[in-house]
Amino acid sequence: MLTDLTDTTTADIRAALAKTRDQMGGPATGVVLNLIIMTDESGQHDAVRAASQAGREHPCRVLAVIARDSRAASRLDAELRSGEGTPGQTVLLRLYGPMSEHADSVIFPLLVPDTPVVTWWHGLLPAVPSAQPLGLLAQRRITDAARAKAPTEALAALSAGYKPGDTDLSWTRATPWRSLLAATVDQEEHEIIAGVVSAEESNPTAELLTAWLSSKLRVGFSQTISGGPGITEVRLQTTAGAVVISRPDGRVATLTRPGQPDRHVALQRRDIADLLAEELRRLDPDEIYGESLACVAGIPATTG
Amino acid sequence: MIPNPLRDRRDRRIPRLAGPCVLVLFGVTGDLASKKLLPAIYDLANRGLLPPGFSLVGFARRNWEDEDFARITHDAVKAHARTPFREEVWQQLAEGIRFVPGEFADDGAFDNLALTVAELDAERGTGGNYAFYLSVPPDAFPVVVEQLKRSGLSSPPETESGRRPWRRVVIEKPFGHDLQSARELNAILDAVFPPESVFRIDHYLGKETVQNLLAMRFSNTLFEPIWNRGYVDHVQITMAEDIGIGGRAGYYDGIGAARDVIQNHLLQLLALTAMEEPLSFAAESLRAEKEKALSAVQIPADPAVYTARGQYSAGWQGGLPVRGFLEEDGIPPDSSTETYAAIRLTIDNRRWAGVPFYLRTGKRLPTRMTEIAVIFQRAPHLPFDATDTKELGQNALVIRVQPDEGVTLRFGSKVPGSAMEVRDVNMDFAYGESFTESSPEAYERLLLDVLIGDPPLFPRQEEVELSWQILDPIEDFWAKHDKPEQYPAGTPGPASADRMLARDGRAWRRL
Repeated sequence: MLTDLTDTTTADIRAALAKTRDQMGGPATGVVLNLIIMTDESGQHDAVRAASQAGREHPCRVLAVIARDSRAASRLDAELRSGEGTPGQTVLLRLYGPMSEHADSVIFPLLVPDTPVVTWWHGLLPAVPSAQPLGLLAQRRITDAARAKAPTEALAALSAGYKPGDTDLSWTRATPWRSLLAATVDQEEHEIIAGVVSAEESNPTAELLTAWLSSKLRVGFSQTISGGPGITEVRLQTTAGAVVISRPDGRVATLTRPGQPDRHVALQRRDIADLLAEELRRLDPDEIYGESLACVAGIPATTG
Repeated sequence: MIPNPLRDRRDRRIPRLAGPCVLVLFGVTGDLASKKLLPAIYDLANRGLLPPGFSLVGFARRNWEDEDFARITHDAVKAHARTPFREEVWQQLAEGIRFVPGEFADDGAFDNLALTVAELDAERGTGGNYAFYLSVPPDAFPVVVEQLKRSGLSSPPETESGRRPWRRVVIEKPFGHDLQSARELNAILDAVFPPESVFRIDHYLGKETVQNLLAMRFSNTLFEPIWNRGYVDHVQITMAEDIGIGGRAGYYDGIGAARDVIQNHLLQLLALTAMEEPLSFAAESLRAEKEKALSAVQIPADPAVYTARGQYSAGWQGGLPVRGFLEEDGIPPDSSTETYAAIRLTIDNRRWAGVPFYLRTGKRLPTRMTEIAVIFQRAPHLPFDATDTKELGQNALVIRVQPDEGVTLRFGSKVPGSAMEVRDVNMDFAYGESFTESSPEAYERLLLDVLIGDPPLFPRQEEVELSWQILDPIEDFWAKHDKPEQYPAGTPGPASADRMLARDGRAWRRL
C-alpha cells in the first residue's frame, strides 16, 4: 500500500502509519528495528530496496531521510509504503530548506518505541558518525567508506572519530575472507611469519583485512595493488612455505597449501542487501572492527 | 594445540565453519535426500559454511556414474534449495561429488567406497575426515555398520603429524521400535563407533523456534516464575499432519503414529518444555536436564481412559475426497496400526506435580501444525460480573513450531465500548526468517553441527531409551486391546481423544 503525503507534518505521518496498519489488519510480525537511512535522491532507490530485502530477515521500520534543495522554504514530503512484499513499513521523507538541517526533529516522533535504532549513511559519509544527531540516538551507526571519493582517507577519518557502535560496510565485506582465513589458520600446523594482501587500489576492505591480520597474527603484512575486483589474494608465509587464497574473478577462490592439493571454494562478492542483513544481525558494538580500524593507520605504505 | 589467533570470542561475524571433510550419504535415492539433505548441503555451501574441498559421496543400488548423481543433486538443489542458485557455488560443489554403486552386502562396493574417499583425500585435501549419513531403513543398519568396520572406513589411521582424523555417523529415526530393539540397534553402533561420534537426527531440534523456546524460557524474567504447577493448568503438545501415509505404507504399517512421532519429536519437545534450567547450553548439561525431565515422566495408571488412538477413514480433507487408511496401497485391510495417538502424561517433580501434559499426533487431520501450548490457570478471583467475563478463556503461551513459526500469547482484554466486557485476544510474534518454509533450515543447521562435531541438538541413547520406557507400556496395552477407533479424514481425530480431555474438564485446542 502506498500513501503520498505532500507538505505534511510528523503528526500526519504517524496517523497515516497507524491507519495503514489498522487497515491491513495489523502486520503479521512485530518490528524489531528502526532503520534510519541518510541518503539523497540518487541513492534512495538502491538503499531502500536493500533495506526492504534485509527487512525480510529483520522486520523493521525504515525511515529514509532524503535531503532536498536546502535553499527552498522548509517543507516535508512523505511517502509511506507497507505490505510491498516485505514486513514492516517504509517511510521516505523528503526534507526541504532549513528543515533538512533538523532531520532529527522529524525522525524522533516516527520511531517505533522500545525498539533499537540503527542509522545508515548511504552515500554521504559523516566524519564522526556518533557526533551527528541521528547517530547519537542509534545503537549502531553504519557507514560505507568504499563509497567515498577517497576511501582510504575516509577510513582514516572514521578511525579518528571512532566510537563503539560504529561500523562500516567495507568491514562487512571482509567477513567471508575472514571466515575463510580463520578456517585456514585452524588447519595450519606451521608458524605464520609474514603475509601479503593484494587488492585493487584504495580498497578500504583490504586495509581493514590487512590491519586485522597483522594485529591478530602479530606479524608484518604488506599490501600490493592488483587489478581487482576487490581483494584478489591473501598470502600467508609460513615456515613451511606459502599458504595462498587467491580469487582473481571475484567469485571462486583457490586455496593452495604446500604439499596439498588445491582446493576451491565459492567466495562471491555480496550485494548491499546481504551486507546490511549481516549488519542488522547484531546490535552491540563490534570491538574487533574498532581494533582493526585503529590499526589501519599503522599499515606500511602501499607498494606497487 | 595453539589457539587460532584469528578466532576471538568477541568476533561474532565469523561463522562456525566445518574443517575439511567428506560426507558419505547412504540412501541418496530417498525422498529425504532429494528434498532436504542435498538442498541443505548446497545451501550450506552457498552461505560459505562448508570447507574448501568439501566432498560428497553418494552410495546406492543404482547403476550411476558420478555425473548421474551430480545431475540428480543438481535437480534436487534447483527444486528445493532455500538460497538462490549460483553457478559458481554449484560448480565447486559438483567437483567434489562422487558416486559409488552397490548393494549393502557387497564387500567390493565398500572397498570401492574406501578407495573413493581416499582418492578425495588426495585430490581435494579432505583430510581423512568422514561423516557417514545413514538415510537407510533400520533393517539395513547392521550390515552397513558392519561393512564400514570391515572396510576399515570406521577406524581412522593416525596421520604423520599425529592428528587423528574423525569419523561421525548420523542416524535418523526410527531409533528402534521399542526399548529392546533400540538397545540392539545401539549395540550395533556402539561396537563400531564411540557414543560421541553418533549423531541422532531429530530435525525438530534444528528448528529455530525450538531453540527459541530455550531462549524464551531462560533469557527472560517474565516466563520462568510462572512456568510451574502454581500457574500452569496443563500443557498440550501437538503435531498434526494433513497428509496421509502416502508411499510410506511399508514403513508405517506396524509402527504407527505413537512410535513414529511421540517417541521422538513430542517427547523431545516435552523434555525441553519441562526441564529445569541447564548449567549451560553445552551438550552435557542440556542432555542431563532433558534426561531428568524424561525420567520423571509418569504414564497414566489407566491407559484405557488416558490414551486414545485412531485410524483415519475415507473422508474429505481440505476440499478433496481421500481414502481411508485401510484402503491405502500396501496396508492390510485388517491393520490395527494407529494413525492418531494421544496420551496424557504427568511429570513427578516439584515443578510439575499434578500438571497434565497432553500429547497428540495424527495424520489426515484438518491442518498441518506443530505447537507447544502452555495453558495457564484462571485468575483466582475475577472482580467482574460473571457475564462480563463469559468470553474470557485461559491465558496461554503457544510456541508455534511449524509451519508458521512464532510465539503467541493469549490474554484477556476489554472489548472497546461502554460496557465492561473481557474477551481473549492474541499477541503474536514471528521473526522475519520464518516467513519462508524453514524445515530445510533445520537440516542445514544439523548437518553443519555434525560436520563441526557440535552435539547439543542431538539426543543421545539415554534419551532414546527413556522415551521407549515411557511408550512401551502404552504400546503393550494397545496391542492387547481393541483396534484403533475410526475417524473421518479431515476431522480433528477420534471421539475417544476428546473424551480423554473432557474427563479432566478440558478440551483440545482447535486444529
